[in-house]
Amino acid sequence: MSEFTIDAHEHDQIRILNLKGYLDAHTAPQLETSFQKELESGHYKLVINFRDLNYISSAGLGVFMQFIEEVRKHEGDIKLANMSKRVYNVFDLLGFPVLFEIFEDEKEALLSFQNKS
Amino acid sequence: MGSNKKHTARQLRILSTTENLELARRFVADSARQHGFDQDDIDKITVAVDEACTNIIKHAYKKAPNREIDIEVRVEGPQRSPRKFMVIIEDHGAPFDPTTYHAPDLQKYFKEYRVGGLGIFLMNKLMDEVEYTAGPGKSNQIRLVKYLPS
Repeated sequence: MSEFTIDAHEHDQIRILNLKGYLDAHTAPQLETSFQKELESGHYKLVINFRDLNYISSAGLGVFMQFIEEVRKHEGDIKLANMSKRVYNVFDLLGFPVLFEIFEDEKEALLSFQNKS
Repeated sequence: MGSNKKHTARQLRILSTTENLELARRFVADSARQHGFDQDDIDKITVAVDEACTNIIKHAYKKAPNREIDIEVRVEGPQRSPRKFMVIIEDHGAPFDPTTYHAPDLQKYFKEYRVGGLGIFLMNKLMDEVEYTAGPGKSNQIRLVKYLPS
């Protein structure tokens, strides 16, 4: 079975989700639940750290698509950081860099929120 | 190890749950590695097979958990050029009609924030050939091909 965990914490009112393991059609519902919880708690500024994510399929990418509109409606954003080449390649093939800001590391992603506000 | 193999075929049967996607991925990644693909190509083949199996589970079998998905890896003999590494995935669910599929306009797709439906697009991008066969009374087959490094 694919292993996937999400560890969430907060930094200056920005929620950081660390993804670990394999994000596929089996584990995508876990990420969906995490996003739902964040939005229900009124957290719309989100940084997703991919450092420990080994794998993603289109089912995983679909989860980001599912929530981005609502997040931006509330003047928030989902910013992505620390992707490995293998994970970035899938995002890139599907044209996601047009829709999402992707940063080299978490710090840059956090700073980009401050620069806007 | 295995470098003198002229013809190989390996099979794996999984049941139609997303839990088994990892088994399918590991099976094709191991096969691709044994045939000399680099990590970049192994990753591409792995994602394509994951997408194909995910589509079968969701669409052909409509999430029924106890149906069979047969995966076979076959490599053409050395006389062919380019030599093809083929993954043939077979199911007995609702057929997919490739003539009804249109590649999504990604820009439009994103404007509408649509979710899902990107699997076939990805498979076509990741593999050298993608072919579907189905027919009345027949199983559905998808054949994913990557050319072997020369």
